[in-house]
Amino acid sequence: MLRIENLHAKIGDNEILRGVSLELEAGEVHAVMGPNGSGKTTLAQVLAGAEDYDVTGRVLYEGQDLLGLSPEDRAAAGVFLAFQYPVEIPGVGNLYFLRTALNSVRRQRGLDELDAIDFLALAEERMALVEMDQSFMNRSVNEGFSGGEKKRNEIFQMAVLEPKLAILDETDSGLDIDALRIVANGVNALRSPDRAMLVITHYQRLLDYIVPDRVHVMAGGRIVRSGGKDLALELEEHGYIGLEEQAGADRSTPVGATP
Amino acid sequence: MTMATAFLGGLSRLEPQPNGHHPAWLTEARRAAFEWVAEHGFPTLKDEDWRYTRLGPILDIPFEPAAAGMGHRLSSSTIDALAADLGGTRLVFVNGHFAPELSWLAELPEGATVTNLASVLAEEAERLEPLLSRPIGSHHHAFTALNAALAEDGAFVHLRAGTTVDEPIQLVFFSETAGSPLVSSPRSVVLAGPGSRVAIVETHVGVPGDIYCTNAVTEVVLEEGAAVEHYKVQDESETAFHLALLDVRQGRDSRFSSHSVALGSRVARHEVRVGLEAEGAQVSLDGLYMPRGDQHHDNPILIEHAAPHCTSHQLYKGVLDGHGHGVFNGRVVVRPGAAGTDAAQTNKNLLLSDHAEVDTRPRLEILADDVKCTHGAAVGRLDEDAVFYLRSRGVPHLAARGLLIYAFVNEMVERLRLEPLRSRVEKLVAHRLATGDEVQT
Repeated sequence: MLRIENLHAKIGDNEILRGVSLELEAGEVHAVMGPNGSGKTTLAQVLAGAEDYDVTGRVLYEGQDLLGLSPEDRAAAGVFLAFQYPVEIPGVGNLYFLRTALNSVRRQRGLDELDAIDFLALAEERMALVEMDQSFMNRSVNEGFSGGEKKRNEIFQMAVLEPKLAILDETDSGLDIDALRIVANGVNALRSPDRAMLVITHYQRLLDYIVPDRVHVMAGGRIVRSGGKDLALELEEHGYIGLEEQAGADRSTPVGATP
Repeated sequence: MTMATAFLGGLSRLEPQPNGHHPAWLTEARRAAFEWVAEHGFPTLKDEDWRYTRLGPILDIPFEPAAAGMGHRLSSSTIDALAADLGGTRLVFVNGHFAPELSWLAELPEGATVTNLASVLAEEAERLEPLLSRPIGSHHHAFTALNAALAEDGAFVHLRAGTTVDEPIQLVFFSETAGSPLVSSPRSVVLAGPGSRVAIVETHVGVPGDIYCTNAVTEVVLEEGAAVEHYKVQDESETAFHLALLDVRQGRDSRFSSHSVALGSRVARHEVRVGLEAEGAQVSLDGLYMPRGDQHHDNPILIEHAAPHCTSHQLYKGVLDGHGHGVFNGRVVVRPGAAGTDAAQTNKNLLLSDHAEVDTRPRLEILADDVKCTHGAAVGRLDEDAVFYLRSRGVPHLAARGLLIYAFVNEMVERLRLEPLRSRVEKLVAHRLATGDEVQT
């Protein structure tokens, strides 16, 4: 479903991604772990179409060149990013925003728009997945939401938009254990054979709840190790220390190689 | 006189003509006002209150006073299309002159008089003498003096003590020219007796492409405990000029609110002056201005707290696109002895293009003790993180921008209490955003 080949991204002279390669099949959940500053969030942002970066390399999504698409076209094609820091948008109601988004996506997919009543029925059903209630649906997008509410709102949006490729950027950060369980349950409910997920996290904790098929470790803007779910436990034990030097030392070797 | 401009050169054309209906005192007041203009000339950028508004584009045009009797091509349904149908009384003025065939008077309570100024001048002019024969010193600039010299007509609303008018009174000022540039000078008077209540809606519209100048003065006097809501939609032709003064004097425990929406005109200046003259008076002024292209929207405000325990709140928002220029020039003066004053000024601006410009000057002059005064101004651009967030959810780029701009504006629209008017303004604003120029990517 997703093939990333030698992806580089920089802002000005600051090269943040230094040749990332990764493959993800439909139905799979891959975790991307790594220390702060390793490029995890940049990878997520670049895949969603953020325009702040100079990007080179190739990303194939369902056989098409993802980097050539605008963010909205990527969304219409089924890409979704759950933001690490969801943006507050004062004055735009949460439900209104989401209905606008869903109908934009449906239009671009050649589907009929949902009217307010059908949309509300859908929204109410999906809200239950992340234990949200009507009260914060009528508030402005993310405005005044707690950290946990913001993350639940991201997963709720994902549940409504039904992407094929979901990228979750540190969805666990800032969550207490109850909120983490709610968010993880929501994500697990959305796992399906047609959907792939890239779960970016700093901590192994989230992966107790969302069990990945594979784990990739990023350091210094590259993937320095890949393995099964046990790799996360190993990292939890030994930490990220040493990985950055490894990234430096490996700079000349083919990217994505497993040491 | 320092300026040899077409406007001044044409002053002789503007000189008030004898009007058989006018009493001697009015003829004299008009002549004196006209002489005041000839003597003092027009404001320049050196005048504190005019430093952001270049009058050149106006003064270069040889305007002539608009005569009565135009607007034959208009029908009531045209007016409906140009201004919201609010029910209730609607007075229509064409080039500043009352057009009875386009107007209708709803049934009003006994204590309410709603008519046009010219009829009052013809039948009981003495009622207006205290207002229209005010000494020259009260013309604080050439345009108000010119209005005093030239005004023939406008709205006249008088509410006796305790009278409540439930439905809004709508005043539609429509302008059209027969080719040559015209200046119209409507003068409206709202006298709200003790404990009376009314809502007034002014709409200023004109024929797109026509060059005219609206020079309007609306005077509102609130006696003890009166409550007046004032709404103004300035949607003039974008080739026209709009100069207006809303002059408000408030008595004890009276409440006045004004909401102004500026969309049209090449150059528009909507000035509001409020005198809080007795204890407990409250005023709330809202303004939304959206200049684009080469439009210029100026909002000079003066609020004088002359008595204790009065409240004044201002909230003005600007959305500036293209080479548009907006001005918020708000001044609050708290006179000695006006203890317990509560004054707040807020101005927020959204710049949509690199060429748009805004000048914001919230000013407080506090000459009393024990007061609560706040002011703040902000100028910003669209939050690009928010644009990306919306796009990442599938909302196309232009729609994402539109949604964010609308969110900024919506606060002002929601404050319009009159429902048909709110929908009307919502549509105008949405249309404006959908056709905005110079969208930046």
